Amino acid sequence: MQTTQKSIKERIIHYVENHSGEILQNDPPEMAQLRRKAFQLFKTQGIPGRNLESWKNTDIQSILDQEYHCSPEPESRKINVETFFHCNIPDLDTLMVNTLNGYYIYRHSPLKKHPNGVIIGSLAEAKKQYPQLVDENYGKCAIDTIDGMISLNTALANDGVFVYVPDNVEMKEAIQIVHINHNEERLLTNVRNLIVVGKNSSLTLVHCDDSYTKQAAFINSLTEIIVKQNAVVDHYKLQNLNNNTTLINQVFFSQFADSRVHSVAMTLNGGLIRNYAHTRFHEPGAEANVLGLYLVDKTQNVDNQVYINHTAPNCTSNELFKGLIDDQAKAIFNGHIKVHRNAQKTIAYQNNKNLLLTDKARIVAKPFLEIYADDVKCSHGATVGQLDNDALFYLMSRGISKESARMLLMYAFAAEVINEIKIDVLRNQIDDMVKKRLHGELDICETCVLHCQNREREITFPIDMSKI
Amino acid sequence: MGKENQQEEILQHVTQNEYKYGFVTDVEMEIAPVGLNEDTVRYISAKKNEPEWLLAFRLNAFRKWETMKMPTWAHLDIPPIDYQAISYYAAPKNLPKYSSLEEVDPELLKTFDKLGISLEEQKRLAGVAVDAVFDSVSVKTTFQETLKKHGIIFCSFSDAVQEYPDLVQKYMGSVVPPHDNFFAALNSAVFSDGSFCYIPRGVRCPIELSTYFRINTANTGQFERTLIVADEESYVSYMEGCTAPQRDENQLHAAIVEIIVMKDAEVKYSTVQNWYPGNKEGNGGIYNFVTKRGICKGNNAKLSWTQVETGSAKTWKYPSCILLGDNTIGEFYSVAVTNNYQQADTGSKMIHLGKNTKSTIISKGISAGHSDNSYRGLVKMVKKAANARNYSQCDSLLLGDKCGAHTFPYIKTENQTSMVEHEATTSKISEDQLFYCNQRGISTESAIGLIVNGYAKEVLNKLPMEFAIEAQKLLSISLEGSVG
Amino acid sequence: MLSIKNLTVSIENKQILKGLNLEINKGEVHAIMGPNGTGKSTLANIIAGKNIYTIEEGTIDYMGKNLMEMEVDERANEGIFLSFQYPVEIPGVSMVNFMRTAINEQRQYHGKDPLSAAEFLQKMEEKKKLVEIHSKLTNRSVNEGFSGGEKKKNEIFQMAMLEPVLAILDETDSGLDIDALRVVANGVNKLRNENNAFIVITHYQRLLDYIIPDFVHVLFEGKIVKSGGKELALELEQKGYEWLNQPSK
Repeated sequence: MQTTQKSIKERIIHYVENHSGEILQNDPPEMAQLRRKAFQLFKTQGIPGRNLESWKNTDIQSILDQEYHCSPEPESRKINVETFFHCNIPDLDTLMVNTLNGYYIYRHSPLKKHPNGVIIGSLAEAKKQYPQLVDENYGKCAIDTIDGMISLNTALANDGVFVYVPDNVEMKEAIQIVHINHNEERLLTNVRNLIVVGKNSSLTLVHCDDSYTKQAAFINSLTEIIVKQNAVVDHYKLQNLNNNTTLINQVFFSQFADSRVHSVAMTLNGGLIRNYAHTRFHEPGAEANVLGLYLVDKTQNVDNQVYINHTAPNCTSNELFKGLIDDQAKAIFNGHIKVHRNAQKTIAYQNNKNLLLTDKARIVAKPFLEIYADDVKCSHGATVGQLDNDALFYLMSRGISKESARMLLMYAFAAEVINEIKIDVLRNQIDDMVKKRLHGELDICETCVLHCQNREREITFPIDMSKI
Repeated sequence: MGKENQQEEILQHVTQNEYKYGFVTDVEMEIAPVGLNEDTVRYISAKKNEPEWLLAFRLNAFRKWETMKMPTWAHLDIPPIDYQAISYYAAPKNLPKYSSLEEVDPELLKTFDKLGISLEEQKRLAGVAVDAVFDSVSVKTTFQETLKKHGIIFCSFSDAVQEYPDLVQKYMGSVVPPHDNFFAALNSAVFSDGSFCYIPRGVRCPIELSTYFRINTANTGQFERTLIVADEESYVSYMEGCTAPQRDENQLHAAIVEIIVMKDAEVKYSTVQNWYPGNKEGNGGIYNFVTKRGICKGNNAKLSWTQVETGSAKTWKYPSCILLGDNTIGEFYSVAVTNNYQQADTGSKMIHLGKNTKSTIISKGISAGHSDNSYRGLVKMVKKAANARNYSQCDSLLLGDKCGAHTFPYIKTENQTSMVEHEATTSKISEDQLFYCNQRGISTESAIGLIVNGYAKEVLNKLPMEFAIEAQKLLSISLEGSVG
Repeated sequence: MLSIKNLTVSIENKQILKGLNLEINKGEVHAIMGPNGTGKSTLANIIAGKNIYTIEEGTIDYMGKNLMEMEVDERANEGIFLSFQYPVEIPGVSMVNFMRTAINEQRQYHGKDPLSAAEFLQKMEEKKKLVEIHSKLTNRSVNEGFSGGEKKKNEIFQMAMLEPVLAILDETDSGLDIDALRVVANGVNKLRNENNAFIVITHYQRLLDYIIPDFVHVLFEGKIVKSGGKELALELEQKGYEWLNQPSK
């Protein structure tokens, strides 16, 4: 404990009090109000500490004791992102939008309305151009004031991505949001995204968090996704950061009647990653599939918090999180399903499976069920273990070496989640990447396979699969 | 089709079913002045004529307790407790040592009769020795002779302190240290009496040992302490049963049970608890905040907890196993029923330290009325616990739409070769099952009793015979027709 | 004994029975046949009192009482027994405990003292012999892990225990091999007498080779479209249900 230095909380409060003009400059009145409230709340909450149950196993206070700067607005937003970033999923046909250190960057215009009515661009700009649209939806999902990271984001975040899909529009092209961190000093970045999908519409989102430099960063990201009646959202989250980066990633889904969400989170690399995924069913008939795969090694830390909130009857949630934990890495899974009194006919499944690959890997799993309605089908399961010995024996009896057999089984373990990626090129890419990881080849790459320099090299198992 | 009306009626019938053990025995009591400070601790210790080391143990615990806060993490709604408004010692006055039942106060015997556990009855029953605890001081111990023959020590805790101080000093607090938690610290400071049991090496205890606890006297907390030591290659089955008379004020109970299981030994600890759960509006009832923990100290030791919980207004209880020796086995079988406004937060902790250790958790929760029933359990496997295994199954049954059923498992694994499996389901009694029973002429009320007993059977089967029958009755009584 | 008049029943706004009439007297065995989905099981469930249906019209009179006003267990205690098409598993509840509860509730209903354990066991042994059931089944939990045949035999055993006045066998023959079918039929034949009646619901004529009905009814699209003697069953077997379309339309 450094007593001479100001705590991160004090530094943030100091920063906000000195920069309130800048921070509030673009806010419509309701948002400004929300921001002030959040700031007051943050003052009492502070950075969450390990005394909170949900932060018990993840210590960010000590990280933030180091010198971090609140990221300043770039001098120019007109940056050609390709000058320093390439998305190396070559055939991924998406509409890419970017933020740099939490601010939206662009080549031509900060906010664009497409012919079909879809609006894509900077949230800060949307506040100016469509204040009503933003006000209606902003801050409506992230109302749970669970801890200081949410209030901090609401108090500080100035920009991020805004996507609005009007009613009855099917977005064929996926939108890819790439958040890049690129800086010379340690940055504390608060980035905020707002996605609204209208009635009977559909949208596919690919959400990537990347770090470009090796410099440490602390990213506090919050995304609100509003899925209106009968809308469909596919959401893919890819996390691939350098090992000095801390990422707090909070995604809130608000689902209305008969909407469907399919969400797959892939944690591939990162120093400390905490995912907080919150799904709330506001109206009957909605469905959510929430899946995740975490492959962690070295001294990485991944903390997945999944909260499914059944506040309306007749909704279905399916949760599957799988983890391969290698080296001295540590994984945390906190699943929480809450079924409210009136949410009868709820179907909720939660499953968490983990493989520990070394003696130093650690896992903490807390799959919670909190149920207040009686006519429900709820179950959960959690396992921690190693590879199935019978399966291993079976493969080896067919002449497969132990090492290959292990690899096959580990791959099969991961494939259950990978197969849930509906975009072919993306799935193939992740598939390759997982195979590489299982081969222990991931360390070779400077960054990771998504930016891999050796794309030409085919990844194959040295086994003829047809013989099994 | 009038079904709802019928269920309404049944519900009314059940909620009017008053607790049948609610009565107060009129025995003269010696009660400590209300409040808790060092003087209270000294008073209790002096009353019990305790050795210096035990007073020091109590004072140490008391000082720790003063710095601690009541835990708030459980899924319980506990109003603030004024620890200074409780009397910490109550003993029937002029307590003589009885050599036969005839000498016992007839009022006291009547109480046991009403509870259906009269000592005479018990004496006649097949080989059950009873150490009955009336409020705080042990009144009568039977079958001492049989036990003595085998070298088994089974006596009140106070007697053990006087007669076997070395054994008590050696093991007391070794599993549940005084500062373990708020309630354990409180108990360690002010514990009144309890049971002590020592099974010597190689001895298989020929009878089921049994203690019936009972709380009397308004506003006395009861702070029992049980210490069981099973020496190498020994075996004992121990039963604990509890009833308390009806009171309007909430009564606090913070007991400690410590069990030490040596190499190749086995201990089975069974509890059937039907303490007064409060009335149908949720007034009154026992607060049961208990620390139960055992250690499988030597290799191949086995400890098995079985509990049937139907009582207490609030339950905070996690019987645990520390699996220290290699190849040790820990088991936890639980049925917890909550009705009306009862709240229970109960489960188990399995701490795997040794190699090839195994644990099983089977928990069956049944919630009715406006109650909340939570399973909370920890399974921990440390780095050294190679090939450790755990299997947990936690099922919840909801009767009616005003209650809650929750499952809070914690799994921590640091070992690559260990395996943890947790499964849980939540459901209600199926309409099809009810219809099937009704079609055979079985009323809805009886059908629920049948189905719930069937649901809990896996656990009830683990109880000793005498307990299993009582437990089955209790389950039906606690739940009669509470479907809504 | 049983008189059904103009029974019209729907579930989730879909009419299943459309003005069904049926008269059953003591000592009679009625077979109800018909293709799938014509309301055979619905009829059985309605008589037993399953409350998922809406009765739109019609009356059911059972021994002078309005059946609609009686609860499921009350009907059972008045002698109505349903052999389920899909008997429900009740884990952990032993058959012995289940049957003893049922018998004693029935006795209580009729103002009789409960059977002692010895009397009950004796009765159970008798009935087991009657329906050729192995002792093992009764030691297990109700229907839990029973094969299809075992479940159906168990239904017949329960029928023997409860000695109903009106027994309804809902597709008891479906999925049975020939031996099990014989056991089931023998059970019914031994139990049938001048004071009780049976409704045998079946899809195939096969069962009726063993249980000879007094009357055969064809249920089609929610109505009884044809009634006759046992020879009607044979006719149906030869011609199939298709020919019903022609005379009725």
